[in-house]
Amino acid sequence: MAEVTLIKAINDALATEMARDPSVCVLGEDIGRGGGVFRATEGLSRRFGPERVIDTPLNEVGIVGMAIGMAMNGLRPVAEIEFSDFIYPAFDQIVSEMAKMRYRSAGQFTAAVVLRAPAGGGIRGGHYHSQSPEAYYIHTAGLVVAMPSTPADAKGLLSSAIRGEDPVIFLEPKALYRTVKGEVPEGEYLVPLGVGRIVRPGSDVTLVTWGGMVPVAEKAAADAATEGVDVEIIDPRTLWPLDIAMIEASVKRTGRAVVLHEAPRTCGFGAEISALIQERCFLHLKAPVARVTGFDTPFPFALEPSYLPDPERTLRAIRASMDF
Amino acid sequence: MTDAGILSVLRPDGTADPLLDPGLPDPELLSLYRHMVLLRAIDEKAVALQRSGRIAFFAPSTGQEACSIGAGHAVREGDWIFPAYRDHGVGLMRGYPLASLIGQLFGHTTDATRGRQMPNHWCDRSIRLVSVSSPVATQLTHAVGAAYAAKVRGERVAVLATFGDGGTSTGDFHAAMNFTGVFRLPVVFFCENNRYAISHPVERQTASRTLSEKAAGYGLPGVRVDGNDVLAVRKVVGDAMERARAGEGGTLIEALTYRLGPHSTSDDPTVYRSEAEVAGWREKDPIRRFAAFLKGRGLLEDPAAEEAGAKEIVRAAVEVAEGAPPVPLSSMFEDVYAEIPWHLAEQRDSLLSGTG
Repeated sequence: MAEVTLIKAINDALATEMARDPSVCVLGEDIGRGGGVFRATEGLSRRFGPERVIDTPLNEVGIVGMAIGMAMNGLRPVAEIEFSDFIYPAFDQIVSEMAKMRYRSAGQFTAAVVLRAPAGGGIRGGHYHSQSPEAYYIHTAGLVVAMPSTPADAKGLLSSAIRGEDPVIFLEPKALYRTVKGEVPEGEYLVPLGVGRIVRPGSDVTLVTWGGMVPVAEKAAADAATEGVDVEIIDPRTLWPLDIAMIEASVKRTGRAVVLHEAPRTCGFGAEISALIQERCFLHLKAPVARVTGFDTPFPFALEPSYLPDPERTLRAIRASMDF
Repeated sequence: MTDAGILSVLRPDGTADPLLDPGLPDPELLSLYRHMVLLRAIDEKAVALQRSGRIAFFAPSTGQEACSIGAGHAVREGDWIFPAYRDHGVGLMRGYPLASLIGQLFGHTTDATRGRQMPNHWCDRSIRLVSVSSPVATQLTHAVGAAYAAKVRGERVAVLATFGDGGTSTGDFHAAMNFTGVFRLPVVFFCENNRYAISHPVERQTASRTLSEKAAGYGLPGVRVDGNDVLAVRKVVGDAMERARAGEGGTLIEALTYRLGPHSTSDDPTVYRSEAEVAGWREKDPIRRFAAFLKGRGLLEDPAAEEAGAKEIVRAAVEVAEGAPPVPLSSMFEDVYAEIPWHLAEQRDSLLSGTG
């Protein structure tokens, strides 16, 4: 097994799936000769040709709409949006068309599109290159939302998304593209959608987090360990449908839960996870479910380090839960 | 908007221009007529059903029958149809069963889409008639994708996308036209310019002289056709579909027609257009105009009998659809995902057990 970056693992997944199934196509802006703004599609055009690696005009509505039509007519399109912040012009196509095609046609037509988009902050990208939009898509019936935090998961989840029968919003934590390395199995490799990962087992507090916040959680857990607090970190990997069974089992064991995410707090996914834990684990809880999140402001450029949750804020929430 | 440069086949004297006549055999001509009559009978019945509270909604195509039926006749097996909500006639012409069409209005078990959408939002995979959406023109980019898939597979098929004049104002229209031009895709954009997008006249949709001339900006041919002339529509759409199938790319067609009725059963057109204007267009009724041609050819004897026959066919279909059992409650949770995930299973079970 080779040790590679997360972006390389995504490139590997695309190449592996395209080699396996000739109906897999990728489309987007600058993805062909340019290899994509983050180089996720590097080398694919040369290997698979411009008919399957489609450089589109600059239009997100066109990219998503075209991908829907391609999927309806037998292809398996993987569309790249350069930044998840650029999706909004195509929001209607995603939430009303792609997500609902199966339902509204009673299964006669489906739109199994994979929409890849770099998400989250931490790269000094400012408002238009840093948002964490997962809650919009989780709120939309019919969409699967996935977000890897390791190279192996990136390859395995993306491969499962491409083979699946549902539309998938595949959010990639761009801060981790080149900062995280890990061993990735060569050849075909699948991580099932809907199954979470225990990043670090522990017995005192359950810390649920995903994407770019996983390394923050790991640092906070290491710091907590020096204070004698044993934190269990769970990365759902697929945000929706959520692996609630894994979270429920963990919280019932630890009796404490902290949810950590970059997105703004109000109606963020942490709110839903908190409610689910409250509904299912109420009699096991020794403390209120705590949230560590971005603030309810637009994403700030200069103050990004203070906006994004860090190990210190996370540790404070862990301590508060322990001391309740 | 000027009416210059509009292609017509049916002449005022009831004969066809021999240079432009698509030359359809007599049974086909009669079939076009009968489908137009059937379409109007469906409209009249559906509006009456809504007025009496038996269905929730309807968007009639009265006045535009030549568009739907003419374009629908140009679609061949293997072609795809991405229709707007007023174009049930295209599907009907292509073989969409009347029972399913009427069943969709009621949303009972004879509705192939299981009561998921309001009336006028039908689809049928078996004839590649794609699900209708309420926001206008969202289907146009899907047509592009379907055409792309067909093209890379080397299939000689065309994709017909229909929409109204209001649809040309949308970003989706721009994206679809632009992609079609850039990728040289076999998409025929059939715009039925019926002069109004709900209450807004076409002049409020565009400052361009015509809608068809927008094609030039995308590197596509643009054609204007008399949308109340079924033979002209058949000819123009047929030619464009042939071009598409032959790998010569897409076309934008602007069919000039008029919506004689309301936008939908929720609309009162008397507040935004004059009775005189409507009366003028009634004189150009596409069914009456085609009937005159058929009579001249000795193919049609008794239009009143044709209309009565169509009404009876529709009445019988309504009786079946209205009497069908309702869709089962549990079906609400199906087809959201390929498989029912845990949260939907929980919500379904709580609803069914009365504990939700």
